[in-house]
Amino acid sequence: MTLANNDQLRELCTTVRRDIVEMTAAAGSGHPGGSLSAVELVVGLYFNVMRHDPANPTWSDRDRFILSKGHACPVLYSVLARSGYFPADELKTLRKFGSRLQGHPNMQVLPGLDTSSGSLGQGLSISNGLAIAAKLDGKDHRIYCLLGDGEIQEGQVWEAAMTAAHYKLDNVCAILDYNNLQIDGCCDDVMCIAPVADKWLAFGWNVIEVDGHNLDEVLLAYQRAASVKCQPTIIIAKTIKGKGVSFMEDVAEWHGKAPNAAELAVALKELA
Amino acid sequence: MMTKMKPTRDGYGEALLELGKSNPNVLVLDADLAKSTRADWFWKAHPDRFFDMGIAEQDMLATAAGMALGGKIPFASTYGVFVAGRAWDQIRTSICYGNLNVKIGGAHGGISVGPDGGTHQSLEEIALMRVLPNMTLILPCDAEETRKATLAAAEIYGPVYLRFAREATPVFTESDSPFEVGTANVLREGSDATIIAAGPIVYEALVASDLLAEQGLKVRVINMHTIKPLDETAIIGAARETGVLVTAEEHQIYAGLGGAVAECAAKHCPVPIEMVGIMDTFGESGTPDELAEAYGLTHREIVAAVLKAIQRKK
Ligand SMILES: Cc1ncc(C[n+]2csc(CCOP(=O)(O)OP(=O)(O)O)c2C)c(N)n1
Ligand SMILES: [Mg+2]
Repeated sequence: MTLANNDQLRELCTTVRRDIVEMTAAAGSGHPGGSLSAVELVVGLYFNVMRHDPANPTWSDRDRFILSKGHACPVLYSVLARSGYFPADELKTLRKFGSRLQGHPNMQVLPGLDTSSGSLGQGLSISNGLAIAAKLDGKDHRIYCLLGDGEIQEGQVWEAAMTAAHYKLDNVCAILDYNNLQIDGCCDDVMCIAPVADKWLAFGWNVIEVDGHNLDEVLLAYQRAASVKCQPTIIIAKTIKGKGVSFMEDVAEWHGKAPNAAELAVALKELA
Repeated sequence: MMTKMKPTRDGYGEALLELGKSNPNVLVLDADLAKSTRADWFWKAHPDRFFDMGIAEQDMLATAAGMALGGKIPFASTYGVFVAGRAWDQIRTSICYGNLNVKIGGAHGGISVGPDGGTHQSLEEIALMRVLPNMTLILPCDAEETRKATLAAAEIYGPVYLRFAREATPVFTESDSPFEVGTANVLREGSDATIIAAGPIVYEALVASDLLAEQGLKVRVINMHTIKPLDETAIIGAARETGVLVTAEEHQIYAGLGGAVAECAAKHCPVPIEMVGIMDTFGESGTPDELAEAYGLTHREIVAAVLKAIQRKK
């Protein structure tokens, strides 16, 4: 699925941001901040980069998207719906009893999800496993894995970083949503993760740094990542948590809080 | 009688070799303990399908999850403490929640690991694995049954945990002995009491039954190799027909096989139950025999438990 036109992609980003605030508002809970920061990263993938077919969600040659930071599922649910995996109407069932849109992704119930997640730190390992399986089968699909910056405090991420480099998994492309916020505050205050790029370089990765809200930069990075051989790539995307909604931007509290009706109205106005 | 001795882990290694030949989708992972788990046999035969993950159990289990998502049948093995314990959340979220086709080889189970001591003696796997939805949990009784269980694990879809041990233990099942996941095997018939055991300690249960026969007691012995799904029919039948149950396991007394049997009996046919196992304590260094004596895991404790249970019959 490819949308050549960046204007269309930008429009889609706005639609997805509106979905995110509307669905979390309807749910009365959820994670808008880290969903809003990843919009360009995920929209770019599903509408311009990834090989996938919403009519055939289990197609074995599709590219995979592993949402390691599972709490940001509103952005993924919206993108899946807008891609045609399920009706956009269903977005308002987020987190409700009986919904396929669980509070954290459950691949058993929702088509289009390439994994379940919610316990941070595991997605990169899963991506590596998929990448090894693809290589063994001589298949050329790629595995994209979205990580949170707080998430990389998990030791398992670095185990997986070693594994991907050791097995030369050039079909793995990690994306770091570097919004510098986690629940308890600024990442560098909670548990310093800097220097991020140097760490990944030292672990043997190809590192690309981009402005995560600049679609041109993001798309170019995905292209460059795909051309690198014998090495996994991480795109370190500098982002703003809560991007697009003024009162949510760069405010830690909006990590896991839903907007009330008045806040939603303001947000939707800003996201016109 | 002269019994052949062989570690149950050898059965794992042999089965992996067989699977390597018969099923190209089988992959094997290990975390720097391939020589101990016997995964190295597969490694030598199929280096292209073996993945050493280094000393990184959490990464190993979630990588296996990804391989399963990619259509493979990964077998990931290392010591039980490091897999069931350290990587429990990976098993829960990355494997069981998605019901992925990952097989876990938990080596060096039980106190019989010996001189490595308490840190390495895995005594909690039944509690840790049985509680996970979608998980199948198997404790084979000897090397031959471990071989069969490992082959069977590749056949059934979904997460499977196989527990095997380090030490050579008696091989008392044959290549044509029945083995079906979820179906307990009655090894001795009897009407006075039933011993339900899992793992190599099943052999001790047989010895206990023979000794009790000398006292005129007919004691049934059930090899409950599959802890989950539990063969409730076998338990209920034993409770009804023999009136008392004794469980025997090389595992913590809490939340182990005894607990599983007690849950079933309490629900369907309450009878006196005695449990033989590790009494809520950690192990220590020693030879396997010394430890079995010290921690009460021999046929003697099983005999005593049967007699006590029979006394409790009204
Ligand atoms: C293993 C684990 N520990 C804790 C949590 C609770 N938790 C959910 S989100 C989060 C913060 C994540 O921060 P970050 O990775 O920076 O995500 P983002 O800023 O992109 O939302 C925490 C601690 C969890 N889901 N998993
Ligand atoms: Mg963050």
